[in-house]
Amino acid sequence: MENVHAVEFVGITKRFGSVVANNNVNLYLDKGVVMSLLGENGSGKTTLMNMLAGIYYPDEGHLLIDGKLASIKSPKDAFAYKIGMIHQHFKLVDVFTAAENIVLGLDEEGKLDRKSINKKVAEIAKKYGFDIDPNKKVYEMSVSEKQTVEIIKVLYRGADILILDEPTAVLTPQETKKLFDVIRAMRNDNKSIIIITHKLNEVKEISDVVAIMRKGEHIATVRTSEVSEQQMTEMMVGRTVELNINRTEPKNIKPRLTLANITVRDSEGLKKLDDVGFVAYGGEILGIAGIAGSGQKELLETIAGLRRPESGSIIYTPDGEKPSELVGKTPMEIKNAGVALAFVPEDRLGMGLVGGMGMTDNMLLRYWNKKKGIVVDKSESKQLAENIYKELEVVTPSIDYPVRKLSGGNVQKVLVGREIASSPSVLMSAYAVRGLDINTSYTIYDLMSKQKEMGTAVIFVGEDLDVLLALADRIMVMCDGKISGIVDARTATKEEIGRMMTSLDNEGGR
Amino acid sequence: MEEKTPLIRVVKNENLSKTKIWCIRLSAFVVAILLGCLIFVICGANPIAAYGEIIKGAIGKSTGIKQTIKIATPLLGAALALGLCFKMKYWNCGAEGQITMGALGAAFFAINFGTKLPSIPLLLLMCVGGVVCGAVWGLIPALFKSRWNTNETLFTLMLNYIAIGIVAWLQGGPWEGKPGSQIVPNFPKAAVLPKVMGIQCGWILIILLVFVMFFYMNFTKQGYEIAVLGESENTARYAGMNVGKVIIRTAAISGGICGLVGFMVASGVNQTIYSGIAGGVGFTAITVAWLAQLNPFAMTVIAFLLAVLSKGSSALQTAMGVPSSVSEIIKGILLLCLLGCEFFINYKMILRSKKEAK
Repeated sequence: MENVHAVEFVGITKRFGSVVANNNVNLYLDKGVVMSLLGENGSGKTTLMNMLAGIYYPDEGHLLIDGKLASIKSPKDAFAYKIGMIHQHFKLVDVFTAAENIVLGLDEEGKLDRKSINKKVAEIAKKYGFDIDPNKKVYEMSVSEKQTVEIIKVLYRGADILILDEPTAVLTPQETKKLFDVIRAMRNDNKSIIIITHKLNEVKEISDVVAIMRKGEHIATVRTSEVSEQQMTEMMVGRTVELNINRTEPKNIKPRLTLANITVRDSEGLKKLDDVGFVAYGGEILGIAGIAGSGQKELLETIAGLRRPESGSIIYTPDGEKPSELVGKTPMEIKNAGVALAFVPEDRLGMGLVGGMGMTDNMLLRYWNKKKGIVVDKSESKQLAENIYKELEVVTPSIDYPVRKLSGGNVQKVLVGREIASSPSVLMSAYAVRGLDINTSYTIYDLMSKQKEMGTAVIFVGEDLDVLLALADRIMVMCDGKISGIVDARTATKEEIGRMMTSLDNEGGR
Repeated sequence: MEEKTPLIRVVKNENLSKTKIWCIRLSAFVVAILLGCLIFVICGANPIAAYGEIIKGAIGKSTGIKQTIKIATPLLGAALALGLCFKMKYWNCGAEGQITMGALGAAFFAINFGTKLPSIPLLLLMCVGGVVCGAVWGLIPALFKSRWNTNETLFTLMLNYIAIGIVAWLQGGPWEGKPGSQIVPNFPKAAVLPKVMGIQCGWILIILLVFVMFFYMNFTKQGYEIAVLGESENTARYAGMNVGKVIIRTAAISGGICGLVGFMVASGVNQTIYSGIAGGVGFTAITVAWLAQLNPFAMTVIAFLLAVLSKGSSALQTAMGVPSSVSEIIKGILLLCLLGCEFFINYKMILRSKKEAK
């Protein structure tokens, strides 16, 4: 071979039972190149990378590292081949410092020499432009700092090939920019970097080449500069798709939810919401932006009656009815009044769905108590399950197949579909498209927009600012349990919102 | 080429057909029986003859069958009760105590009203007494759990010893028959459950209960609440269920069924009460419930199977001089195999293939 690649996948096939996750994948990556790995949910990106990182072992085919045959049976083997993966969910010990986390698991002789570790960490940080305090404890860190620790951990072990699984999902625009600077510095140091992502604009911005996967197969690897976002999407989905969010002007809006002075503490007495007040209108989409953990979840839970606020009021004004106070009502009463919550937590199933049950029994969560008598009536939920199955194109062997075994996107369709089917007058959704591919995401955006046109007050907690700017009518930015401002989504910029997401920190709000 | 594929790889197995799953369970059962042969050989007995003796002893003669059903009935009853709690992921380990308290409730009426009331109202009173006492005993840990989130496993386990202690005190104190005997006298005739086909009629009730439970768990609102709560408390709250109420109600129903079993054991089998009246049934029932994957019909089969083993082995001791404790060993092997085979249901092993290894 005249040209030695940093990594080469040769005819890799991986099956899970009867499902083929990767089918005869041939793919290579050179040194000093940033590659984006793009594909819909379930297209086999993560499986492929997990084989490189030693979490799975291929059924057929083999891997070449620096042109030599490699057998990677465990993450430890992966490190021996200088491969490191930064997972989406950080794997750090909270009570340890950054430096302690970095050396954790290394079999080094002798005593724990903090000085030399700190020195080495500082060297790496300087080299690539990281900003890190080796003695800071992980629990005191922001999400972006934790990510930095994860990356340095991998570099400390001498990795030459880095895999980042959706690294920007949890970052603010400013933090993303910083991360990209670091990635560029690593590229200049001749390292190979693979980024798994769903965000096309980031693919364009950071990567040199983009490898596109569809249904377990490698479709193409192209130079990023030579393709448009539209072309990438078409390769990914396999057909032409419309990538526009159809945002109509809000019509006859009226106040639906009026929150005033809401303060909520968690079970440990920490303030999660601090004097929050705003109005959500029927007929508009109110986007909520903020760094993860700024109180978005608590806000929705409080409106849904799952949390009791310490003070404040939530006035709910349904169409043609008298305003009523929601604080003090049970979740059931609030739901029956027409306030629906489609909350998608980190694990997707934790709230709202029962993993071990099929679609029908999950629809039943809405209807189980509607009729009198001791027997549950499943006819209505079965009908709904069949409708959602058809209309939202849920991929499942049957509507009684456990939803836990469905792919993430399908689980979300089931959840959002059920909440929308109740024709609510307030629809709250958090991270409704988290981890979803572009095609499915746009289906969900479309559903939200339709709800808005029907006069529903839609509250949409999102992570992707581009989407929020395109989908919402107004964007409320939260920071540390407070509202740092509400902007018009048609005129606001990403930078403006990014600043508001962190603004309270500057005032020493913590 | 030098490639080192691991010799055996363990892979998660997600889509196994129902028939295949039951085939695996069946072969685990066969393996257990074969391993049992080994034990018999070690004991110096002919395995085939020994198994024959067990089956003959347990279901060969009508007296044997009666004995076997007598053993299986309380086991099945308690397993049904526990299945309800386990479905909710509420780890009730207190069946033993709840049975004992049920027996106590029944005995109270038998001792105090045994000669004053005719048989049918007396038995009804005893039954209600047993169910209420069992339910209360099941209720206490659930109340604490829903109020202060105490650990129900330890709580129910400890309550067993309190229940046994209370009966031991009654046995040697207020309810003692002959002074110094430490024995509660036999119940009067009116307080003894009548027999149907030569066995105390409780077994009919328990068989009925199997169907009731199947219906309750699969087709009622309350059964649905239990299933949702067992999978995710957050989801249950979100769906508007009153989590505390469901826990308390389910624990009380479960305790009530155990109490019913206690009443049957006291009135139908022993015709008296003593501190060891539950006889470990409450613990064996835990295995019955789990082996049956909480399915009431499967519980019936498993309970009967264990009863055959324990009845048959006492016959074995008489006939072939093999210690009856061998049955305990075989029971253990059976549990190990049946629980162990779940690994092969959830995972599959892939051996290194020739093609890959070259």
